Amino acid sequence: MNDTHKPPLLEVKNLRIEFPTRHGTLTPVHDVSFSVDAGEVLGVVGESGAGKSMTGSAIIGLLEPPGRIAGGEIRLNGERIDNLGPAALSRVRGRKIGMVFQDPLTSLNPLFTVGQQLVQTIRAHCDISEKASRQRAIELLDGVGIPAPQRRIDQYPHQFSGGMRQRVVIALSLCAEPSLVIADEPTTALDVSIQAQIIDVLKRMCREHGASVILITHDMGVIAETADRVAVMYAGKIVEIGPVRTLVKQASHPYTQGLMGSIPVVGRKRERLVQIEGAMPRLSDIPTGCAFHPRCPQAFDTCRRETPVLMPAQASSTACWLYREGHNG
Amino acid sequence: MLPFLLKRLFQALIVMLVVALVAFSLFRYVGDPINNMVGEEVGNEYRQQLREELGLSDPILVQFTSFVQRIAVGDFGVSFRNAVPVSELLMERLPATLELVMCATILALLIGIPFGVYSGIHRRGLLTGIVQVVSLAGLSLPSFVVGILLILLFSVQLGWLPSYGRGEVVKLGDWSTGLLTLSGLKSLILPSITLGLFQMTLIMRLVRAEMLEVLRTDYIKFSRARGLSDKVIHFKLALKNTLIPVVTIMGLQIGSLIAFAIVTETVFQWPGMGLLFIQAINFGDVPVMACYLVLISLMFVAINLIVDLLYYAIDPRLDWNSAAAGGHAK
Amino acid sequence: MRRLAALRVGSRTWSRIHRIYDSDLSWSFRHSPLAIVAGLMTLGLLLIAVFAPWISPQNPFDVSSLSLLDSELPPAWDPEGDARYLLGTDVQGRDVISTIMYGLRISLVVGFCSVMLSLALGVSAGLAAGYAGGWIDAFIMRIADIKLSFPAILIALLVNGIARTLLPREVFNELALWILVFSIGISNWVQYARTVRSLTMVEKSKEYVQAAHILGQSSLFVATRHILPNTVGPITVLATINLALAILTEATLSFLGVGMPPTTPSLGTLVRVGNEYILSGLWWVVIFPSITLVLLVLAVNLLGDWLRDALNPKLR
Repeated sequence: MNDTHKPPLLEVKNLRIEFPTRHGTLTPVHDVSFSVDAGEVLGVVGESGAGKSMTGSAIIGLLEPPGRIAGGEIRLNGERIDNLGPAALSRVRGRKIGMVFQDPLTSLNPLFTVGQQLVQTIRAHCDISEKASRQRAIELLDGVGIPAPQRRIDQYPHQFSGGMRQRVVIALSLCAEPSLVIADEPTTALDVSIQAQIIDVLKRMCREHGASVILITHDMGVIAETADRVAVMYAGKIVEIGPVRTLVKQASHPYTQGLMGSIPVVGRKRERLVQIEGAMPRLSDIPTGCAFHPRCPQAFDTCRRETPVLMPAQASSTACWLYREGHNG
Repeated sequence: MLPFLLKRLFQALIVMLVVALVAFSLFRYVGDPINNMVGEEVGNEYRQQLREELGLSDPILVQFTSFVQRIAVGDFGVSFRNAVPVSELLMERLPATLELVMCATILALLIGIPFGVYSGIHRRGLLTGIVQVVSLAGLSLPSFVVGILLILLFSVQLGWLPSYGRGEVVKLGDWSTGLLTLSGLKSLILPSITLGLFQMTLIMRLVRAEMLEVLRTDYIKFSRARGLSDKVIHFKLALKNTLIPVVTIMGLQIGSLIAFAIVTETVFQWPGMGLLFIQAINFGDVPVMACYLVLISLMFVAINLIVDLLYYAIDPRLDWNSAAAGGHAK
Repeated sequence: MRRLAALRVGSRTWSRIHRIYDSDLSWSFRHSPLAIVAGLMTLGLLLIAVFAPWISPQNPFDVSSLSLLDSELPPAWDPEGDARYLLGTDVQGRDVISTIMYGLRISLVVGFCSVMLSLALGVSAGLAAGYAGGWIDAFIMRIADIKLSFPAILIALLVNGIARTLLPREVFNELALWILVFSIGISNWVQYARTVRSLTMVEKSKEYVQAAHILGQSSLFVATRHILPNTVGPITVLATINLALAILTEATLSFLGVGMPPTTPSLGTLVRVGNEYILSGLWWVVIFPSITLVLLVLAVNLLGDWLRDALNPKLR
């Protein structure tokens, strides 16, 4: 729910992603809609398989075939980007939207120096000289916290540690000055001790370069610390979306409540961590009605029959029949 | 780098010694050396004298050492078949084989790499399908069948190209080349295709497989996410990643080519080392067999060493110093 | 108690294998026209080879059944041909079809046996190296490396060549088959060893192996009963591709004159003998054995290709 007068930077409407397989067509993402404003950090959380990464890949146009966008629209600054041809798409990628992948060990080409990869990207989008590109690259490396950037710019990826590499990846995603950065599980493959640092770097750099962030993760703790708004995904749909403070303190959807309850908080009175019974259904086996109803402690009759859509509930939007007008949940 | 180099040289030396041992055994035990040298009528006394003279009664180790000393300077004795010094014989035939191998390699690379890259980028499509079929055919057709078919078509039926021999050769010092005469060039065509076909298909398949593998990596995906164009991705980035394993495999394949030259030379009666070897086997000409063996081994060992060094030079991930500690590149 | 536990672990691996083979593999086979064609071709050639003595029109090696009057006849569809000899006859009056059938037999026997030998050598070497580790591993891998620096065909050629030179002709002809099996077998074992070794090293660190050790099972038992079944998939692919290579190698050696002799010819020998008459116009004597050889190798290669793609988890 945005309350600004400016149009949103990114608008995703009714996105639907299909995946034809040998056993029939799967739909990992069903009717997902949300928007991202300039300068904000939107977190996208959910369990593995909820469809978060697919949504991120779809926005930047990197869905792995045979997956394809089967419906809906994606608009950046009002213009559609989901139906562009390859040439136009490569102009959008990097320049308008940047992406950070999960595994820093495999994200960087082992045969080219860090500097070469940065300069390649800068010069692909900006018409500046080699020397100026190199200068910009050094500044970026400095910005992400790589010590002695003039020296390290000529080193190969294998000469960097995991955390350092991810910083380079962040620098790479920002070097063409995009207005949106999609970070897909950027810290999952890193040591716990470095995760906080990297998230910091990401947030700071994006703010300095004026880029919004879509932060995809399954780690609720990270979201609580970093995001402005959060979208919670389950079985290919958004089940709740709203300001982070609201969701953490007063989540509306039973699933979100479960998720929040599972974050251990230092200092809180010692209670048992909440555990949500069961597991997320397989894509080929999604229950009718609300996909969460088999695991939901508050499920009732309608939940089994009708699929809920996002409706307002307190300060967020929730896809839950408990909040239908007239229902006394 | 030096410890690494020394270690590899040492290994090479061991291999060569083993080969020398095999060659030595050939000389000593395949047939009776004395019988191989003198006729039947010669008396036993003379044989015994000859035995002593040639050191055949000395302890094995002594014999082996003197053998190694001799072959280290290239002295393999005299051919049983035509009494010419073996090393001379082989050196005379070397240019023919090397030229053939060179032409076959160039052919294989010129056709194999571009088609391999193409079929790696365009996973499906008519041309890719054709490439697949051709490459499968190349792998399934024995090279002698290819040679025979080519002869049947281009020599017997059409009469365009010669079916045997090297044509006219020009002597440049010690080297004789067929590249400078028309008949020489014409004679090179069919044998080069025959020898190179297998390699060409191997390269096509290898390059395709590597290309497909590389294009699936995360770093290529990340390059796409950064908006680099397909052209840059395919030809600047992926190609470099693809060619490195290809280069090393090609280096190793040169050894295979030299071996398969035996077949091609037999089919086309090409006067190279391979044909000499086959003739030696059929005749029981041990010195020639032994010399060929040692020479070929030397070539393989040298090629392997160079390829290893090359691998370390090209791939920035590999470090000389850690390599000396043990382990192979791939 | 121990035996029961071992049985359960072992049979679990077996049933796992059965499950894979039953579902994905046969589906993949049924949906790949190329694989079906290749499979049928291979089967067909195999059957011809096995039943050759019963189905061939003539026994080409029974000299009394040959008639020189019938020699050098072109194939049956040629005006000078004879319907009795469908693909013509050679200079000695032997029916080409019959020689091909018998030749096919020998080619296949040598191919299969040498693959078995390579398998036995390679798998044991790989298991030993991967399981024992340490200097045994280093030693075996060193030998493998050295062996790899020489092309298989050269090694096979060398062994055969030396045998040919050493032995009197009749003895060589008698033993040619086994010498070939030996020489090709020892030149192709490295790939199996490498694959099995890396698989073994991966499996060795898994918990069920440690559990087996705790239960007191000996290393040999663990290696063969638990680890070996896991290698069946990749080994089968390798063996199929190697079979094509073995058949090709044998054909090449025979063509060069150091393989099967003309008295018991394989397809390669037939091509060699036929080649001598290529310039005198008897093209059928060399072409038909060549085509048969090519079809055989092609079929096996296609089968191996399909198998490799079907069993590759990354491509599913």
